[in-house]
Amino acid sequence: MSQQTSVARDRGADAIPVNKHRRDWRGWKFMWPFAVIFVLVFIIPIVYAVYISFFKRKLALGNRTVFVGFDNYIRLFQDQQFWQGVGRVAAFTVIQVPVMLVLAALMALALDSMKLHGTKFFRISTFLPYAVPAVVSTMIWGFVYGAKYGLVGSLNDLLGTHFDVLDPSVLLVAIGNINTWEFTGYNMLIFYSALSTIPHSLYEAAAIDGATEWQIVRRIKMPELRGSLAITVIFSIVGSFQLFNEPQILKTMVPGNAINTSYTPNIYAYNLSFTANDSNYAAALAIVMAVITMIIAYAVQLKSMKEQMK
Amino acid sequence: MSKNYTAADLKAMERNARKAAKAQAKRVARDEAAERKRFAKNGFSNPANPTRSLGLTIVCAIFAIYCLFPFYYLLVNATKTQSEFMSKLFGLAPGHNPFATLWDNIVTVFTYQNGIFGRWFLNTILYVVVGAGGATFLAIMGGYALAKFRFPGRKLVFAIIIGSISVPGIALAVPQFLLFAKLNLTQSPWAMIIPSLVSTFGLYLMWIFSDQAVPDELLEAARVDGAGEFRTFFQISLPLLAPGIVTTALFTIVATWNNYFLPLIMLTGSQQWYPLTIGLNQWNDQANTAGGQAIQNLVITGSLITIIPLVIAFLLLQKYWQSGLAAGAVKE
Repeated sequence: MSQQTSVARDRGADAIPVNKHRRDWRGWKFMWPFAVIFVLVFIIPIVYAVYISFFKRKLALGNRTVFVGFDNYIRLFQDQQFWQGVGRVAAFTVIQVPVMLVLAALMALALDSMKLHGTKFFRISTFLPYAVPAVVSTMIWGFVYGAKYGLVGSLNDLLGTHFDVLDPSVLLVAIGNINTWEFTGYNMLIFYSALSTIPHSLYEAAAIDGATEWQIVRRIKMPELRGSLAITVIFSIVGSFQLFNEPQILKTMVPGNAINTSYTPNIYAYNLSFTANDSNYAAALAIVMAVITMIIAYAVQLKSMKEQMK
Repeated sequence: MSKNYTAADLKAMERNARKAAKAQAKRVARDEAAERKRFAKNGFSNPANPTRSLGLTIVCAIFAIYCLFPFYYLLVNATKTQSEFMSKLFGLAPGHNPFATLWDNIVTVFTYQNGIFGRWFLNTILYVVVGAGGATFLAIMGGYALAKFRFPGRKLVFAIIIGSISVPGIALAVPQFLLFAKLNLTQSPWAMIIPSLVSTFGLYLMWIFSDQAVPDELLEAARVDGAGEFRTFFQISLPLLAPGIVTTALFTIVATWNNYFLPLIMLTGSQQWYPLTIGLNQWNDQANTAGGQAIQNLVITGSLITIIPLVIAFLLLQKYWQSGLAAGAVKE
């Protein structure tokens, strides 16, 4: 561990000595296993998804698939169910991601301030939810939410109220709480790692120059957080646009049909290809979702990068 | 250098050094506490050793309670029978020894349906050892290659991997399933293991880590001495990469252990290959299917058993994943 810091060099790849006249293939000796598997489980499926999205299974033709051009995409753009799902995850993202990241950043700042009694305890206890599988955390929160036998039910009995957090009108908030619980600690750790790379002599210098604590946070710590903010924002946006596990697992615990087969685009794609047996349409859906996610992720990243340039 | 020392001597020295380090840490903590006390009296403040704030601690404690509450809920409810669970008690159930019921629940979890839970547990371990272990190894080699060699196509590899981070899993899962179905690999452990072998986040971590932890001079020296690339990698680079490897391994293990989407798609229908996550969900759904027996006490106890190995791993390996991530945060 101490070795790592003592031999650490701040060198870019440009510093590696190379003979420009001879191509250096040695790196592939180490790169090829990853590359082969990556092509197998990443590149080929994407290409294949694009390919099958132009076909359609026709019952009239003996259930054969035929080339239909952009038909699947045109159908998708007119598909109310799909756009409702997109709207739902977009609303979810707009609220849940900022709440989670603000909480994570505040917690990281608090831990880094060294003003807590028992910093170590807080660091591990806020990170621990990350170790819990989505299935388990959704089930626990599902039990807690349950009005019949859960904690919410006990509270209702105690206070004589009739709260139902699994009501369709607040269901998305209930799911947002599960996601926040699962991933705040993870984002906190990324922020905290970024903060811990600031040399402490900088704080001392600032303090000697008469900077207040708020100024240290504002002028030294916040700019450092911005770099890791881009990473966390992109991971969080990609994650919540893919929302699947929590609503899918919660489905059977929620009364009625509040979580239907097209609750989120991901659930819709899953049901299309595994229940409705319409993989071609599901592939088109998946590709459109990938494009939407990438556009949003890049737009956000560009914005945060521009801010950094200021 | 150390020719005159036996292995036992070295071990004793190591033990002593550790003891001394611990004693020193204790002294430093005591001195710092004394300094804080002095400073608090004078109204002085050292930014490297500020006064502990009770208010801030309480605010953070509220958040910590939020984070830890589900663990408490799981633990308490694992000590209840099915009927006690349904009677919505917040605390422990009265009238019996909670440990006895907990033990009963654990035994039932492992014997219910001919002990299928044990099978699911072993499956999960298989997926973690082969899938996450393989993913870690591929990430180490790939990250090392990206950091220490300038090979043709390096920039392309880099661009594709950065781009792949924003591709949602579903865009892959459906065609992955169709391709694996064509190869007759669905409903077999391979369908779970092969996709788990790729961890782009792990590759990213190992790339940054190799860049910082392995000095080029050392590699050059080894090459001059006539060591081949693989020998250099295994004997010189790997030991230097240890903290980064632990971090990467921990993240790939969590990703594989907790994976729900991939096995749901690939393994549905072949119960004997389920990992814990899918199995637990099936047990939970049983309460809602017509004629199904509600076994929430087993779901809760099974969940507890599922998370314990990871929680222990995180607690024990704390200093590794923290230093590993800190290294990863240096660069963006």
